Amino acid sequence: MNYIFCFLIIFSLIFSAFNGKLQDVVNAILTGADLSVKVAFSLIGIMAFWLGIMRIAERSGIVDFITKLIKPIAKWLFNEVPDDNKAIGDIAMSFSANALGLTNAATPIGLKAMEELQEINKDKTSASNAMCMFLAMNTAGFQIIPATVIAVLVGIGYKNPTEIVMPTLIVTGTAFISAIIFAKIFQKFWRKQ
Amino acid sequence: MSIHALMNNLSAWILPFMLIAILTVAMIKKVPVYEAFTDGAKDGFKVAINIIPYLVAILVCISMLRASGAIDACGNILSGVLNKFSIPVDVLPLMIVRSLSGSAALGIFSDIANNFGPDSYATKLAAIIVGSSETTFYVLAVYFGSVGISKVRYALLVGVLADIIGILAAIAVAHQFFL
Repeated sequence: MNYIFCFLIIFSLIFSAFNGKLQDVVNAILTGADLSVKVAFSLIGIMAFWLGIMRIAERSGIVDFITKLIKPIAKWLFNEVPDDNKAIGDIAMSFSANALGLTNAATPIGLKAMEELQEINKDKTSASNAMCMFLAMNTAGFQIIPATVIAVLVGIGYKNPTEIVMPTLIVTGTAFISAIIFAKIFQKFWRKQ
Repeated sequence: MSIHALMNNLSAWILPFMLIAILTVAMIKKVPVYEAFTDGAKDGFKVAINIIPYLVAILVCISMLRASGAIDACGNILSGVLNKFSIPVDVLPLMIVRSLSGSAALGIFSDIANNFGPDSYATKLAAIIVGSSETTFYVLAVYFGSVGISKVRYALLVGVLADIIGILAAIAVAHQFFL
């Protein structure tokens, strides 16, 4: 991450100096920083709502119920997480919300799962294997229906927008499964925490 | 009913159903619902504030890279290779941007869709790429940022590898279905 950070900034500056876009890149610092705060603030309300709902689900035993339900798969995916940990239930709910395209619900629940994984993490500044697996599942972006894309296609007068659902599902499924396999492999060979 | 309509309805119904189910179970179990809700909601602000430094780091880098014109230059260099696999050159920026910025990816996709029209291969390939992608860098920044983790270990590498597989799969699948 240290190298990527330095590389992106230095490379962008030098590259733009040669093609006369230096001023644009300098302006982009402001745009990017501004956007970050906007994104974070736009999360507050919806985050509070879903974290509130999730607390209710937790106290009613719903999260525990889901945890038990997916135990066999979770045990394999997150082998370092203790059996009855709340994180498993939250991970399952966040994943389902993502798959169904409910991004607004998926992020707050996912962040709650991260918090629980952090509680059982040995080194608080570095990512545990369970976190890496969870993020691998998340960054692969598994989604059953690409609603936004279909909306754009409908907008330009695409006759049969549903024909992209199946190919998209194959692609996103392939990426998702390979992300899990990669995470499993790296877990074995990457330097320990 | 078509699959699309069915799925659309499913998405529209799943959220209300979730809320009703959670609240009903809570009432049966006599959970102090209002108290539990406000207690949980308190964390919303904290989490959002926690991720700001990490978001700034990532989003500034990405907007600088996009503004530098390097992504477009990359497309020009690779145009020969792209022709070989019948990939329209205009789709290339999308392949790079989709892991970096969701709004930018959607912007490029709308652009392609409007310029090439509904029947073009470019539009179909772009649709599959955007529909199957998640903004890896953003997700990593937000999720790790919320709990203060700066050493991401292999998470970034896995994310990028899966994205590459996703792009290759998109090219192969689009070829099968639409060419």
